[in-house]
Amino acid sequence: MSFSITEPKKGTKWFAGVLVVGYALITIAPLLWIIATGFKSPTDSISYPPKVIFDPSLEGYVNLFTDRTRATDDMLEAKGEPQTWYEQIARDQGTIISGPSRYGERFLNSIIIGFGSTALCMVLGTAAAYAFSRFRVPLKDDLLFFILSTRMMPPIAVAIPIFLMFRNLGLNDTHLGMILLYTAVNLSLSVWLLKGFIDEIPVEYEEAALIDGYTRFQAFYKVVLPQAATGIASTAIFCLIFAWNEYAFAVLLTSGTAQTAPPFIPTIIGVGGKDWPAVAAGATIFLVPVMVFTILLRKHLLRGITFGAVRK
Amino acid sequence: MAQIRIENVRKEFGPFTAVQSSSFTIEDGEFFMLLGPSGCGKTTTLRMMAGLDLPTSGQIYIDGEEVGQKPASQRDIAFVFQMFALYPHMNVRGNISYPLKSQGMKSSAVKKQVEEVAEILGITDILDRPVGGLSGGDRQRVALGRAIVRDPKAFFMDEPLGALDAEFREHMSEELRALHDRMGATTVYVTHDQLEAMQMGDKIVVMNHGVVEQFGVPQDIYDWPATKFVAQFIGSPPMNFLDFDGMIGTGGTEVRLNDVVMSVPKSIEGANGKLTFGIRPEHVTLDDSAAYRGRVIATEYLGTTQIVTFDTPNGLLKARVASHEVINTGQAIGLRFDPRTITLFDATHGGALRSEANEGVLNHG
Repeated sequence: MSFSITEPKKGTKWFAGVLVVGYALITIAPLLWIIATGFKSPTDSISYPPKVIFDPSLEGYVNLFTDRTRATDDMLEAKGEPQTWYEQIARDQGTIISGPSRYGERFLNSIIIGFGSTALCMVLGTAAAYAFSRFRVPLKDDLLFFILSTRMMPPIAVAIPIFLMFRNLGLNDTHLGMILLYTAVNLSLSVWLLKGFIDEIPVEYEEAALIDGYTRFQAFYKVVLPQAATGIASTAIFCLIFAWNEYAFAVLLTSGTAQTAPPFIPTIIGVGGKDWPAVAAGATIFLVPVMVFTILLRKHLLRGITFGAVRK
Repeated sequence: MAQIRIENVRKEFGPFTAVQSSSFTIEDGEFFMLLGPSGCGKTTTLRMMAGLDLPTSGQIYIDGEEVGQKPASQRDIAFVFQMFALYPHMNVRGNISYPLKSQGMKSSAVKKQVEEVAEILGITDILDRPVGGLSGGDRQRVALGRAIVRDPKAFFMDEPLGALDAEFREHMSEELRALHDRMGATTVYVTHDQLEAMQMGDKIVVMNHGVVEQFGVPQDIYDWPATKFVAQFIGSPPMNFLDFDGMIGTGGTEVRLNDVVMSVPKSIEGANGKLTFGIRPEHVTLDDSAAYRGRVIATEYLGTTQIVTFDTPNGLLKARVASHEVINTGQAIGLRFDPRTITLFDATHGGALRSEANEGVLNHG
């Protein structure tokens, strides 16, 4: 191992620190703004100049999770005292809660489809990448290029043929259909990324396992997989982020049962004036799973990104 | 423990032939060296014996059983890789016990066996350490531990000392040889280092361009090389080649080298035309009464001996002489060759001509 590191001067360190903190603030500011907006009242959310200090309110979250109808004072009177704190919030706006909104359902759809397609993508991607990395595959380079080329078309260009295919197969607006679609789109990325990671694992480890009396599959499962964990984790994050944020296919191919959160959140805007706190609340909750997933895997992610850069 | 027999084994990778129809036998308990320059097919040969590559044609017998097309896991052999290939996600104990777990051995028995092996190799105190932080020598010992723990039929080692420092190699090669002598296991060892091969091996196969050039005990190979390649690959400095046009009849005992008559071992195989006169540097003596002369162009001091390079009418020649002899560059000196040690080669195909001296060795290999 040979490298040279010069210990930076104190001034340089300070400068670097300020730079990094400054950059972090710039990137994190929109995120903080969204979270803050979720807790504002509709008036505060559109006030000018924008309010940084405000009275927090749960109105946005109540509006996100409920369907409401506007009511006259007489009707409100006739209803009697509100039973719960969220009913109180709705009453204060002059509305009555008519039932839960579909956000919870949409959110669950996003979880099922996002994590489902990521898991499927990892299983298929790891197997394919292993085969490309270790075996003599006829026309290997052409196949790899073909796999990559599936990603070159914008979703909108393939949406209509996919829509027609899905209609014939009965996959329109189903969880399975969306999982398969996102898996197909993500697979090219995961095969390429994972092949790089598996290429880095010396083949001798598997050969040692083969000689130690294990089958090819056992060698793959017990020796290659643990060492590819880093690569699998970082690839999984990429896949999840794509599937989680995907909008175009979701808008075009889902409506009732399998709609994910991204196409749903904008529809909130249309219900009785521009309800920005509810939109922001929806976006905030929507951020959480990917954030948690990324934080859980962050150790692998960092190692995954620098993988191969370090000579062993 | 087992005898290993290789018969007409051949390996092709697409249009490239890595190993051409090779045959040799490794006796039970032998420490056997596969020696050759890089790309000669020695590692491919070893990998075919181990089952990591399957031969294109030919048979491999381990303990009398034909295993040529069987996968590695069914051959009951152990392999030590140059880069050791210790599983990085396991500690030392995990690595050594891994081959036992594949056989479904009880964990108490595994523990006992691993500790026995650790005892033999002197690595008991590092059993629970991760393999990442180990020194080269300890990694080597763990790799050996993983090999011997299963008590396999044979050990295959692919340049196992290649990744170690020069200083430590010496020590490890002694340890390895001692371990072999203690276990008496058939061992096949690949190396490109002729010194290592001579030091450690009971027998050597010398390979070049996918062809087995010679096969035998180190001393026979050193004294009676079967080809010019072997003569040059083994020995430092290598055998001297003096090229000449001439002839030797069957039963002949002399050749004419630049009009000087040289005695050679009694020939069995006559030849005519371009020939090569092969003599090891230590079999050249300086004698001013000798008719064959060379001019000194360089001397190289090596402690107890020195290597003197001569320009002779038949090409350059190196002689190993005692270092106290005073030799000046430019001096012309008479050279005498020990007639019992000479090998004649056919210069065109490089094969040694048979004589009464090397017949036994050549017939064997």
